[in-house]
Amino acid sequence: MARTAVLGRLTWQVATVTAVRVQTPTARTIVLNVPGWPGHRAGQHVDVKLTAPDGYSAQRSYSIASPPGATTLELTVQRLADGEVSPYLADVLEPGDQLELRGPIGGWFVWEPTSPGPVLLVAGGSGVVPLMAMIRTRARTGSRAPFRLIYSVREPDTALYAGELAGLAAADAGLDLTYVYTRSTPLGWPLPAGRINTDILTAGQAAPPGLAVFVCGPTGFVEAAADLLVDAGYDAQTIKTERFGPSGGQP
Amino acid sequence: MAIVSRGFGGRRRGGDEKLPPGQYLVTDFPVLSAGPTPRVNLDTWELRIAAETGQSRSWDWAAFRQLPHEDITVDLHCVTKWSKLGTAWRGVSLDTLLDGVATDAEFALARSYGGYTTNLPLADLLGGQAWIAFSYDRADLDPEHGGPARLLVPHLYLWKSAKWVRSIDLLTKDQPGFWESLGYHNYGDPWREQRYWGD
Repeated sequence: MARTAVLGRLTWQVATVTAVRVQTPTARTIVLNVPGWPGHRAGQHVDVKLTAPDGYSAQRSYSIASPPGATTLELTVQRLADGEVSPYLADVLEPGDQLELRGPIGGWFVWEPTSPGPVLLVAGGSGVVPLMAMIRTRARTGSRAPFRLIYSVREPDTALYAGELAGLAAADAGLDLTYVYTRSTPLGWPLPAGRINTDILTAGQAAPPGLAVFVCGPTGFVEAAADLLVDAGYDAQTIKTERFGPSGGQP
Repeated sequence: MAIVSRGFGGRRRGGDEKLPPGQYLVTDFPVLSAGPTPRVNLDTWELRIAAETGQSRSWDWAAFRQLPHEDITVDLHCVTKWSKLGTAWRGVSLDTLLDGVATDAEFALARSYGGYTTNLPLADLLGGQAWIAFSYDRADLDPEHGGPARLLVPHLYLWKSAKWVRSIDLLTKDQPGFWESLGYHNYGDPWREQRYWGD
C-alpha cells in the first residue's frame, strides 16, 4: 500500500477564490488560489473551514476536482437543501473571498497516472468530482490507460462537467463515457430512465486483467454498484469506494 | 487568526456541549467504508484474540452469542465531521473477551473480514471502553454498518471501531492500521481533534 498520503502536519491555509463557474442549477465549481499548495493526487480531498463573525466555525470535506499540477485548486460543490456549508459555497462565495482549507487528505481513493491498467469509474451524482480529477489527470499526463466512466444522474441537467466530458471523450477513444439517467432522459435517449445495473456496469464483460475500480456517490448508490460488481465476479479487493450519506462526510 | 467568511452565519444545531471541536450533529447514520461491504457468513464466522505469546482464543457465532452482553448508549464521532449522539448498541465487552489472557502487549490491531485493519493501545480496549457490538438500535447490526459484529470504541473517532471484525492481535510493538498508514492520526481522540498525522 502506498504510504505517501500526507507526510507533514496538515495546517490550515488561506485560499482566495479566483473564479466561480456554474455547473448546474444546484452546483458550482470554485476555483481557488492556494499559495504554497503542496500538491495532491487525483481522488484526494480537502477540509474546508468557514468561520462566522462570532467565531463559530464549521468544517466539511470536499473532493478536489482539478488535476495535480494545475495552477489553481478546484472544488465542485453541490448545494444540499439542508446543508450548513454547501449553500454558502454554492450560492454566496464570490471571487476575491477567502476561506480556510487544509489538505490534501486521503491516500486510498487515488489514481496514479503511472498505472497503465484499465480503470472503471462509477459515479453517482456529485460523486463524479474525484473521478473527474482522475480523468483530467489522465488527459493532462497523456496516459493511455483505458478509462470507462459510468455516470448516474437523475436527469440531464444535473450532470456535472457535461461539456468537458463530451469533448474529452470525443477526442480520445481511450475514454468511454456512459450516462445512466434515473429520473428522466434526454429527448430521443434509447433507454428508459432507470437505475444502474450489471449490464451497464460490466458491458457484458468479465473484469479485464489489472482493472482498478473507483465508485463514488451516495451510500445507497455505492452499495448497489459495488454489490453488483462483486456479484458479477469482480474482485472486491480491486474496488475502492467513497461514500457520502445525506449528511455524511462529503457534499 | 481565523478568516471570517463574509456572509456566513452557520447553523448551530444544538447539543454543542456534546460535540467535539470541528464536528456537527446528524440524526441519520452515514456509512463510510473503503470498499464493498464484505459478505460474512455466520456459519463460518469466527472471532479470534491472539496474544503475542502465541496463545489465542476464539469463538464461533453461537459461542460468541452465549457470552454475557451489555446494552450501551454512546455518542459516535466520525473523522469526516459528523457526530451522532445517544446511539444504542448491544455487545460483548472487551473486558469479558480479554479476561484471563496472559499478555505483556501494550498495543492491539483489529482485523476485519474484507481486509480492513485499525490499531489502538490495548488500554483503550479495557476498562469498559470497548465492545464487540452485534446489535444497533435493538436490531441486528446491518452489514453496511459492520454486521454481523463490529468493534465499538466510541471514545475514539469511528474508524477505530472496525466493522466486520474477525480478530484482535495483541502486540508488543504498535503497528499502524489501514487509515493510520494513509495519513490519519495514530490515536484519533475526537476531543483533541486528532484527525490526521501531526494533529
